[in-house]
Amino acid sequence: MTAISNEPSGKVSFWYDPRVRSIASQVLLVIFLAWGSYEIVNNTIANMQRLNIASGFDFLSTEAGFAMAQTLIHFDEKSSYFRAFEAGLVNTIYVSVIGIFLATILGFIMGVARLSKNWLIAKVATVYVEVLRNIPLLLQIIVWYKILLHILPGKRDHASALFGLLDVNVTGIWVPRFIASDGFWMTEVAFLVAIGLAWWIARWAKQRQYETGQPFPAFWTGLGLVIGLPLLVFLVTGSPGIIDHPVFITEGPIFKRGFQQGAGFNFSPEFLALLFALTLYTGTFIAEIVRAGILSVSHGQTEAAGALGLRRGKILRFVVIPQAMRVIIPPLTSQYLNLTKNSSLAMAIGYMDIVGTGGIVLNQSGQAVEVIVMIMAVYLTLSLLTSAFMNWYNAKMSLVER
Amino acid sequence: MKKTLLALAVGTAVSVAGVAASAGTLDDVKAKGHVQCGVTQGLPGFSNPDDKGNWKGIDVDVCRAIAAAIFGDASKVKYTPLSSKERFTALQSGEVDLLSRVTTWTMTRDTALGLNFAGVTYYDGQGFMVRKSLGITSALQLGGASVCTSTGTTTELNVADYFRANNMEMKVVAFEKSDETVAAYDKGRCDVYTTDQSGLYAQRLKLTKSSDHIVLPEIISKEPLGPVVRQGDDQWFNLVKWTLFAMVNAEEMGISSKNIDEMMNSKNPAVRRFVGKEGTFGENLGVSNDWAVNIVKQVGNYGEIFDANVGPDTPLAISRGINALWNKGGIQYAPPIR
Repeated sequence: MTAISNEPSGKVSFWYDPRVRSIASQVLLVIFLAWGSYEIVNNTIANMQRLNIASGFDFLSTEAGFAMAQTLIHFDEKSSYFRAFEAGLVNTIYVSVIGIFLATILGFIMGVARLSKNWLIAKVATVYVEVLRNIPLLLQIIVWYKILLHILPGKRDHASALFGLLDVNVTGIWVPRFIASDGFWMTEVAFLVAIGLAWWIARWAKQRQYETGQPFPAFWTGLGLVIGLPLLVFLVTGSPGIIDHPVFITEGPIFKRGFQQGAGFNFSPEFLALLFALTLYTGTFIAEIVRAGILSVSHGQTEAAGALGLRRGKILRFVVIPQAMRVIIPPLTSQYLNLTKNSSLAMAIGYMDIVGTGGIVLNQSGQAVEVIVMIMAVYLTLSLLTSAFMNWYNAKMSLVER
Repeated sequence: MKKTLLALAVGTAVSVAGVAASAGTLDDVKAKGHVQCGVTQGLPGFSNPDDKGNWKGIDVDVCRAIAAAIFGDASKVKYTPLSSKERFTALQSGEVDLLSRVTTWTMTRDTALGLNFAGVTYYDGQGFMVRKSLGITSALQLGGASVCTSTGTTTELNVADYFRANNMEMKVVAFEKSDETVAAYDKGRCDVYTTDQSGLYAQRLKLTKSSDHIVLPEIISKEPLGPVVRQGDDQWFNLVKWTLFAMVNAEEMGISSKNIDEMMNSKNPAVRRFVGKEGTFGENLGVSNDWAVNIVKQVGNYGEIFDANVGPDTPLAISRGINALWNKGGIQYAPPIR
């Protein structure tokens, strides 16, 4: 194959043709990667066969035989290994989602606070960020766990917090939970309808503001709808559901005393320690990202908006934050991914996340390769999903040229 | 590109378990000059570093005995502390030459993991520990209790079986490292701590106030603990197996580290075979003929290592019980050297 180059000298020799070189190097890379993966997989299988190690995924349907506390979905000794995986996965998602939510709120507050003109607030935020950001997360998790076990009253004691809303002892925080009964589906439908309506109003309000300049309090209307409509339906349909309070027993056989399983909702101390540590640690990074984002919007923008007659709140909402978000979102995504992956440190304090349950399954079944591959696949999937969502959000927030 | 990266990532992880030592473990050990031994991360009496950093315990003495048989020098051992989760992978992958780590001999482990158990160093059984203040005297009163245990152990399975069989409820709080399990129990996270009974006595020493806790009388399982090697290397398997047998036989014949030098001149044919004056037993194992002499001289017979590490005069204060010799009311028994 010969190519005509732009140089006046005409023909270039085959090996010096940039196109040939580029294709050849890519083909070589692919061949190398394919050969590498083939060798690795093949070698592993051959070695495992030679060593008489069982392989394959049949073990997943075997009865697990071990018990696990603190699962959101039902799991007992008769459940399968696969069910143990599922329970662990749910626990990972549970702590990650709540952690991401709380860390984002904390991070935004602390990021803005660090820029505050109030000396005390700014310094508190600075100390928070600088101290917690620089202590390894694993240590923080262990310290929180030790603190919790130390300060909480024993199993057959309890203490109230927040005007009796929370009930605590060493088995964790107990809160009332809501149990829906027949007919609750109408409230759920109302909730979905309200969300749809709120979305439609927001669009309509935006459209109207573009055309006429008339603002409309879409956020508050939407919030009112989302809360009010389901509440109204709930009351009209005759309040289908009960509040289930935690039950604390002080009489009877010694091990039956204390909080009763199945009444109220329990956050175990393992979960709380992990959640505190993840939230506080990731919050510091988010605070710094938010601060950087706000500082990246040039002061001229604020002044120009002020010159147009916008009030302080609106300057923040319509001028500074939209521009800051473009800087904030990409690194924020990494922090969300980090938090999810860091939740695997849970095994240090016995919170049963996917690594914890996977580890048990690995050890009880002995099928290390399969289990590790499954755990990796889970984290990869979670991370890719988070990335995909954040990329979509980023594209939505990015500069749209008109 | 993302897909190729994924393939590579999965492949790399897979290959970790794929690196296996060659079949001739004994030759490898001789070539590198030491035995690489997988032990616990610290369990008094079984494998625990002392205040000078030297490993001590029954399991450690098994490793030392093997080094003595091979090199004539019991100190040629290097230790790899392993969690219960890591232990089998470390052995399968060739990271350690043998596992001497309070590991229970079960059928799955013996058949599906590519491993072989070379014998039993300690016959154990699972028990429970509770606070004295609870006033509990039997494991059957434990219904509704929260139980601290370590993950990835037979303990975890036995306790689930036991509570299920007796129609009792329980809440498990499981940790990966036994130190964390004990610490959580100590802080009152659980009512009950369960592990092998020898382990209960050992871990009780680590509690804030040992005398506040009692070990319940029930033994709920059979836990034969012993050294483990990889399948498919009979020479190494034989060496580990017969090192154990040599220690038990030595006790039975009354050969100890104190009288081994006199025994060298014994006229008793069984003793002469043991010390290598008759036959080629050591050579058949792939080591020198005075292998058993080195074991007893440098490490001791079975009774000696039991007494030195877990016996009545140690902080653990465990009596011989079923670990006594077969002719003294126990079940420790070794085939004859002939």
